Amino acid sequence: MTTKIGVLAVQGAVSEHVKALKASGAEAYVVKNVQDLEGLDGLVLPGGESTTMRRLLDKYGLFDAIKTFSADKPVFGTCAGLILMAKKIEGRQGPHLGLLDIDVKRNAFGRQVDSFEADLAIKHVADHYDGVFIRAPYIKSVGDGVEVLSTYEDNVVACRQGRFLTCAFHPELTDDLRMHRYFVRMVEETV
Amino acid sequence: MAEKGTDKVKRGMAEMQKGGVIMDVVNAEQAKIAEEAGATAVMALERVPSDIRKAGGVARMADPTIVEQVLNAVSIPVMAKARIGHIVEARVLEAMKVDYIDESEVLTPADDVYHIDKKTFTVPFVCGCRDLGEAARRIGEGAAMLRTKGEPGTGNIVEAVRHMRLVNSQVRKVVGMSPDELMVFAKELGAPYEILLQIKEAGRLPVVNFAAGGVATPADAALMMELGADGVFVGSGIFKSENPAKFAKAIVEATTYYKDYERIAELSKGLGEPMKGIDMGTLNPSERMQDRGL
Repeated sequence: MTTKIGVLAVQGAVSEHVKALKASGAEAYVVKNVQDLEGLDGLVLPGGESTTMRRLLDKYGLFDAIKTFSADKPVFGTCAGLILMAKKIEGRQGPHLGLLDIDVKRNAFGRQVDSFEADLAIKHVADHYDGVFIRAPYIKSVGDGVEVLSTYEDNVVACRQGRFLTCAFHPELTDDLRMHRYFVRMVEETV
Repeated sequence: MAEKGTDKVKRGMAEMQKGGVIMDVVNAEQAKIAEEAGATAVMALERVPSDIRKAGGVARMADPTIVEQVLNAVSIPVMAKARIGHIVEARVLEAMKVDYIDESEVLTPADDVYHIDKKTFTVPFVCGCRDLGEAARRIGEGAAMLRTKGEPGTGNIVEAVRHMRLVNSQVRKVVGMSPDELMVFAKELGAPYEILLQIKEAGRLPVVNFAAGGVATPADAALMMELGADGVFVGSGIFKSENPAKFAKAIVEATTYYKDYERIAELSKGLGEPMKGIDMGTLNPSERMQDRGL
């Protein structure tokens, strides 16, 4: 069956995720309001600015709605989405959604002039993958039950914990659908 | 191994700004207000455009002290303006690790013929455009993001609307053209043929295009989104309004929820006076910033 996957659309690279999800065999929907979550099987938190997203999530009740949604549905966060999902963020009091037992550092590779592309190996997904890192975070440490999927220079840049998937790079900026297909399969397995 | 400054990384950085608001700030305090309000980036400059108009004289890159203070004040990306064609101002901003450079007609051009060869930089550039010819030339020079020129510092949205509509209608025209028609259109626009071909094949511009130059109210920001802008730059509009923090938040929300008119009505209540604004008819040709750097 075809699954229905939402992409959080308060700010960020929304259309790229929608396109990639559709090409990966799912139905894709934009999520701007609480009621947009109804009937969805999974959710993507896109790249963008995490501080901007958080403010907009708080303002109209989406924050609590996503927490409730994530209690039994798969969530995939890229870059800013990873920060929203982390339980611990360096230099910040408390987490955002706090879904994944990971400790993250924002803008960990430096400013935009240090943004880069690098070849990655991603467990279950690809031996070679074009990782696009833009003012990207990385994962300093992971808790029990978190499976590390990819590292770059000894830093964790992709991982999975049960129904939660996350990466520090931007699969939505490439034509490579393998990360999205992996998430779509995760969603299919829970439906 | 890792490769920096690629098109994907430069253009991708702008993709991450989509649906967001980039705010002009002149000090660290304003930068913090902007970040708190939900800005996706700030633009550090010495004076906002309406004050540049008032001050007259030559407008240059901001004092590196201001840029540095803003860089240290916020965790969101920091952009800064360099004069058109001023290679060294741009190199200085790159050396300071600014996240994006606006080669901007708001400042007095340093070169009245050539723009900067932006492909030679690691830091990405945004440039203004009024039509697809300018847009394609700037992309050809290596711009990774576009914005309408509008007419900066006027608080009047009419020019930004004109530029957004024109670029989008010309993109639609290009998409529908045959290759022989495209070559002649390239000649008419003074646009690189290869860029137009890319636009035709992709059905869209290869970089994001924000609205800029005259956004003064939440409804103005929503209007530009309605017309197809990927996001919004607000210059004088925020810190020249009565209550900048409230105004900034309202513009951020109106940009995200640009089709939710009840919400825009609600968030526009009691904002106080927006900036006063200037009618285009009262501007002398020499005061029109949009005619710089074509």
